[in-house]
Amino acid sequence: MVAAESGVQIGLRSVSKRYMTASGDAVDALADIDLDIMAGEFVAIVGPSGCGKSTLMMLVSGLIPVTTGAITVGDAPVKGAVSKAGIVFQRDVLLDWRTVLGNVMLPVEIKKLDRETHLKKARDLLRSVGLAEFEEKYPAELSGGMRQRVAICRALVQDPGLLLMDEPFGALDALTREQMNLDLQRIWLRDRNTVMFITHSIEEAVLLADRVVVMTSRPGRIADILTVDLPRPRGAQTRSEKSFVDCVERIRRHFMALGILSET
Amino acid sequence: MAMAAAPAKVGRFRTWLVNSGPVLGIFIVIFLLWELCCRLFDVPDFILPSPLEIIDKMTTSWWLLLVNGLVTAQEIVLGFGMSVAIGIPLAVLVVYSRTFERVAFPFMVSLQTIPKVALAPILVMWLGYGILPKVMVAFLISFFPIVIAAVVGMRSAEKEMIYLVQSMGASELTTFLKIRLPRALPSIFGGLKIGMGQAVVGATVGEFIAAEHGLGYLQLISQVRLDTALLFAAVVVLSLLGVLLFNMVAWAERLALPWNRLRTEMIE
Repeated sequence: MVAAESGVQIGLRSVSKRYMTASGDAVDALADIDLDIMAGEFVAIVGPSGCGKSTLMMLVSGLIPVTTGAITVGDAPVKGAVSKAGIVFQRDVLLDWRTVLGNVMLPVEIKKLDRETHLKKARDLLRSVGLAEFEEKYPAELSGGMRQRVAICRALVQDPGLLLMDEPFGALDALTREQMNLDLQRIWLRDRNTVMFITHSIEEAVLLADRVVVMTSRPGRIADILTVDLPRPRGAQTRSEKSFVDCVERIRRHFMALGILSET
Repeated sequence: MAMAAAPAKVGRFRTWLVNSGPVLGIFIVIFLLWELCCRLFDVPDFILPSPLEIIDKMTTSWWLLLVNGLVTAQEIVLGFGMSVAIGIPLAVLVVYSRTFERVAFPFMVSLQTIPKVALAPILVMWLGYGILPKVMVAFLISFFPIVIAAVVGMRSAEKEMIYLVQSMGASELTTFLKIRLPRALPSIFGGLKIGMGQAVVGATVGEFIAAEHGLGYLQLISQVRLDTALLFAAVVVLSLLGVLLFNMVAWAERLALPWNRLRTEMIE
């Protein structure tokens, strides 16, 4: 399947991030991160809680500055908010006072993009995730999974080139989550955005990603990078394939070696 | 058609009866008991007039009640309007300026500890006997809940929501207009409802101190004349006025936030 690659490439060079807590202590969230993400690549980042994976995403988005090192998105170094990035958080943060369509059109309004063409795009996106009849509903009338679908449409309506997702399905029930994984893969196969997908689910990472970045606990460092060579589209049967199981096992061993998982 | 329409009408009446019936019932029972007690124990009018006497007083003195009611209403609306006009921009400043928050907020909180009613005599000294001191008391007493509710509301936007619009390149102004302000509206309206109730108290108390018009003034006069029925009539008009003004805020809220009612309905 050959799709037009609209994604941008990302480069991280010796990136570190140090926070100052309210009590004045320095906390190293990330240290020595070197990572290249190709245009149109789907990269999942797995790690335990507090490994700085969300911080990593925020740094790439340009919403918080790096302490040392440099990040490039596309050809440009990141200084301030990256306009090519569409962000999806664990919380859908839909605006309660806007309809579903109004929520999806938010980036178009703020970026002052052409309304007509993007209205069509917004409707197409909503239809592609099965929410065509919900355009005029308010978020309060939607289930958790539907709300997160709207949030994904909102991130995609602006043709972002880069999709940053911070545990987007973490708050959903297991069944909805599986469906959302498949939906996301379908959308990604069509648009070929570069995706940086943060998760703490090993299976989810392996199912979706071209490469999985495994991270250690604070300060977050890259422990391993796995290439997942499974054919796409991947589905329920992928989970029982040997290379899938091998990948999952290898990542799990990392976490056991790091003491994050223990069998005793 | 008529046959079909009739049960629907009966159904609606039934829902209304279920919702409002108990309250209405309690009112009727209290009225009957009150009326009965007044007659049975031969209570003098100047101690406790019966409900029928109060209603009679309201119909004979309707002009007096209307004229004074309008004065009080004016004071309430002006005081409340001042609270909104000054309180909301002040809340914006508190939210956006750290310095302002550090300097003005503690000052406002300490001001809140002063019983505003105690300021009324001073305000009369300064501003005379006209409506201005009453407007000021109504303003001072309704101001604080409005500011606090607005500050809390504008701070309630989730940080992801702010990040999200920042990543879209939104300016501070856009973030305020598209996120913080609409996010704050339910809370702001909560503050307005409390503030409106407080403004009624403020205006009435202001009239107790020194006035030549208004329902509070009418009460003082009736008290001196031992016209207890008129005293009660003024209370009735005052509470009707309060309910009316409160409902106007509630109505504006429903108009401005159709999605909010939806959300609360969904929670049920």
